[in-house]
Amino acid sequence: MYSTSFWESKRNRERLAHLAVHGILIIGSFLVLVPLVWQVLSSLKDVGQIFLFPPRWIPNPVRWSNYVGIFELMPFGLYAFNSTFITVSNIIGYMLSCTIVAYAFARLRARGKAVLFVLVLSTMMLPQQVVMVPLFVLFRLLGWIDTFKPLIVPSFFGNAFLIFMLRQFFMTIPRDLDDAAKMDGCGVLGILRHVILPLSGPALATVAIFGFLWHWNDFLFPLIFLSSEENKTLQLGLAGVLRQVYGDGVGRWDLLMAASTVVMLPPLLLFVFAQRYFLEGIAVTGLKG
Amino acid sequence: MGRPTTTQDTVRDASEHSLPSWVLSHLALIMRGAGRRWRPGIERREELMFYLLISPWIIGFVVFIAGPMLSSLYLSFTEWDLLQPPQWVMLDNYVTMLFRDPLFWHSLKVTLFYTVGTVLLGTTGSLLLASLLNQSIRGVSVYRAVYYLPSVISGVAVAHLWRMVLNPEFGLLNLGLSFLGIQGPGWLADPQWALPSLILISLWGVGGGMIIFLAGLQAVPRQLYEAAEIDGAGRWACFWNVTLPMLSPIILFSLIVNTIDSFQVFTQVYVLTGGGPANATNVYALYLYQNAFRFFKMGYASAMAWGLFFMILAVTVLQLKVAPRWVHYEAE
Repeated sequence: MYSTSFWESKRNRERLAHLAVHGILIIGSFLVLVPLVWQVLSSLKDVGQIFLFPPRWIPNPVRWSNYVGIFELMPFGLYAFNSTFITVSNIIGYMLSCTIVAYAFARLRARGKAVLFVLVLSTMMLPQQVVMVPLFVLFRLLGWIDTFKPLIVPSFFGNAFLIFMLRQFFMTIPRDLDDAAKMDGCGVLGILRHVILPLSGPALATVAIFGFLWHWNDFLFPLIFLSSEENKTLQLGLAGVLRQVYGDGVGRWDLLMAASTVVMLPPLLLFVFAQRYFLEGIAVTGLKG
Repeated sequence: MGRPTTTQDTVRDASEHSLPSWVLSHLALIMRGAGRRWRPGIERREELMFYLLISPWIIGFVVFIAGPMLSSLYLSFTEWDLLQPPQWVMLDNYVTMLFRDPLFWHSLKVTLFYTVGTVLLGTTGSLLLASLLNQSIRGVSVYRAVYYLPSVISGVAVAHLWRMVLNPEFGLLNLGLSFLGIQGPGWLADPQWALPSLILISLWGVGGGMIIFLAGLQAVPRQLYEAAEIDGAGRWACFWNVTLPMLSPIILFSLIVNTIDSFQVFTQVYVLTGGGPANATNVYALYLYQNAFRFFKMGYASAMAWGLFFMILAVTVLQLKVAPRWVHYEAE
């Protein structure tokens, strides 16, 4: 009978390794979450308590009124309406256009289909900057600058990433179902309506989610295409606040943090409740969106 | 089953088997097609339907992508300030860009630095995290949610948050460092640290890549690990000889996509530093934007845009060229 030291026992080594893994993951999680926690706490502080040394974590008193104050920082309600309107319109546009196009790529046969699909995919790699200037010129010609049209209309013509994702999903639906529908007298569109779409709930939810994220968080295009106050989105509003916050040295960081928290909330909530759809969308395409 | 097979189907089935049969079946197709003038009614209708259904995308492509690309190319050979009609200047913009504008090269340098930093560190970090997560059995979904969280939040709000965190006197980061006895630098205010600060901020979103790698890791067949263990491979050997090769296609894809994205970084820079201090963070996309919408040099901005396009294309092609040396495709 011989005794093994703590280290020689394989089981102990594995337990330790396991603990180490969890340890690193926990530290990492902490590092990731701390900025967010700090932001939410700061949003509830009195402005004088935000920049203190040594730092103060728990606000005292808790200023819930900061969340009312965001309306004096910027026309928050107006911006929120604009952002929501633009985002929802885009989601509708994507639903209408991308499903049809993806269905065609998934189910119909035609000459040149493969080439066209490669073309669709390649547009995903196009830098926004290349089309930025001519799009501005185009929309200026149409008189669409400073309206929501440049930000909404393109989505009614499809989006490469979403088409790709929907196509992959549609292709997993068994063709037998199509045939059954055909025997019942369905044409091409009938199959889309009665077979494909009813089974595509999760994929469509994912389309809505990605569409929401992109347009809620969009900054560059609203920056270029919108100019007047009543058309600005939340992202533009948040960015514009900086001058106010820094202007006279009495920065309302508390209000800014509150505003940021509110703007972050919809995507965060969406993620918390619809995590599955995010992860499926990423898994199907291999892209973060 | 019961579906009429076409020649295309036959070709597809045959060509999956071997190179010679691939050649023969495609030859058969070409020869068969050469003599035909009409196609059966059903196929024709299906084809028409196809083009009808994808017409929204085609129209969108022409109006919002191809058209603008062509006019952007045209504009790059002109000088235009939006007020007077464009003036044809031929290659002047490109000459200026390459030979007379030091800021062009500077912004390119800044962008390259940022891209290399972000992509290398980000990919390594994501890979590491994914590997760790793959080993832990409990709480995977919680960790996944936590790490992915930063990726769903927007650019501007994130920028404001990090401006606070990176504040040299009162920000979280320097406070934390002072606990460890380190005097933190000026971060965004310091020309030497501004760009690394931006890279750091992008690393906060490391969870996005982690999710993709995690999915890939879970797809690696167990037998490979078991076989390696039988051969006496330790943890590191398993990782290096089984995990990495099996993941390499995904890593390549991730590298390409992240590089393309990093080349276009804009929002954070615009909101946080505006290109400063002293142009330390003046990235290409920002300088392009300034040329177009601040200096109203539409022609020059268009030239820069095409420069960006070709650079991204070149880098991607380069990555694909080097790929066969280290990427392993299981299907072969």
